[in-house]
Amino acid sequence: MTDRTAVARGVALRLDQVRRVFDKRLVVIEQLDLHIDAGEFLAVLGPSGCGKSTLLRMIAGLAPPDGGRVIAEPDDSRIAFVFQDAHLLPWRTALDNAALPLELMGIDREERYARARAALGQAGLAEAESRYPAQLSGGMRMRVSLARALVTEPRLLLMDEPFAALDEITRFNLEVQLRELWQSQGMTVIFVTHSISEAAFLANRAVVLTRRKGRIKLDRRFDLPLHRTNELRSDPCLGREMQILMAAMEEE
Amino acid sequence: MKRILPPLVPFVVITALLEAMVRSGFVPGYLVPAPSAVFRALADNRSELATAMGRTSAAAFLGFALSTLAGIGTAVLLSTSRAIQRSFYPYAVFFQTVPIIAIAPLLVIWFGYGMQTVTASAFIVSIFPIIANTLTGLLSTDPALRDLFRLYGASAGVTLVKLRFPAALPQILTGLRVASGLAVIGAVVGEFIGGEGLGSVVDVARTQQRVDKVFAAVLLASVLGLALFGLISFISALTLRHWHASEQET
Repeated sequence: MTDRTAVARGVALRLDQVRRVFDKRLVVIEQLDLHIDAGEFLAVLGPSGCGKSTLLRMIAGLAPPDGGRVIAEPDDSRIAFVFQDAHLLPWRTALDNAALPLELMGIDREERYARARAALGQAGLAEAESRYPAQLSGGMRMRVSLARALVTEPRLLLMDEPFAALDEITRFNLEVQLRELWQSQGMTVIFVTHSISEAAFLANRAVVLTRRKGRIKLDRRFDLPLHRTNELRSDPCLGREMQILMAAMEEE
Repeated sequence: MKRILPPLVPFVVITALLEAMVRSGFVPGYLVPAPSAVFRALADNRSELATAMGRTSAAAFLGFALSTLAGIGTAVLLSTSRAIQRSFYPYAVFFQTVPIIAIAPLLVIWFGYGMQTVTASAFIVSIFPIIANTLTGLLSTDPALRDLFRLYGASAGVTLVKLRFPAALPQILTGLRVASGLAVIGAVVGEFIGGEGLGSVVDVARTQQRVDKVFAAVLLASVLGLALFGLISFISALTLRHWHASEQET
């Protein structure tokens, strides 16, 4: 079973002939075409410097493409971004960090705290709402970052190697949790990672970018169960998908 | 007690040592007075010194407050664009490089003899570290967090108030700590030339060869500097204790 059963409320994305150049000379992404379905969980893999993060920033509207178009359907501004490190505001409690996007969007205090509490609860941090980031573990900080992203009920969730700095057990648990959140909320997720196992475990589809000019080397839809638990990690079907990804990565 | 005791111990030891050295004749009393002589001078001239201390405190505090407001405001303005920064930052450096003792006579011409000149002197000496540190802090905001604020449509003003300013607070407070001591120095130097206060007491006592009184006035100026420094440290502890390593017990 590879298709979603829940109704997708994410955005569909179409990248047409997208190009991005640094310093007028260095072509990071050249003429990239990529279509992403609404509610899809897409992993983006590729060697360092191939333009994965640049791609995310272009989709988020933080770095406009130098050529081509990024079209979202429906055109909804509810986009959330999760960075490689948690990047919390250290002077704010977990609750205030989770509520930040709503505060910036002008939502009144009562509503934003109620929604931030709910998001922290979803991330398993209900007990830690009054703690400051310095009082939280790395995994907890990343959960707050995830809660901050989910609090706006985004239709598009962009994640740039969010679990790269975490220990393996914490990462495994967060991956399961993220997959469950995606299933329950139905947003579109684009997940940039270096980890082949992470991409195969989390996503429904993965694209591997080439080292130069950010072209698509491999576009693979996984034949894996919809509901994923840690048991899947030792399943041969996951191993097969990983081998396919690894072969594409090794050629790069 | 844990904070007070460590600096108190060397103070007591050095004071006792100096007393012994002067009493034994190892150090001549007309060059360096015995601590007991300094304390006697403090007691004998308490009325004059208290008035002087009050004047210096007022000028130093006012100069420091003005340089805090103007320094932070200037840094915010400079941080808004690289072009503004390149155009005006060299003039901010000017305040750092011009020796105050050289321009103090000009201040007397411009502001007249008294509090205004002394305040201006404290202001000029103390503003640069505030501008430099605040600017560094404002320009060092985490780019990922700037992106996050952009993503949620925050205006430049909101980003300044909710992100860039609080993120710069540790550097701003470092600048204020440095500036607090400099404000007292600026006030005392200003009083040498154009005002009344501890600086003028030092100047007059020097001409009278009253080394004990010079030391007494210097001691009070140091106490004033420490008090301002302590005030900033208190504010720093209050605002940073939950989140910045500089204010957390290891």
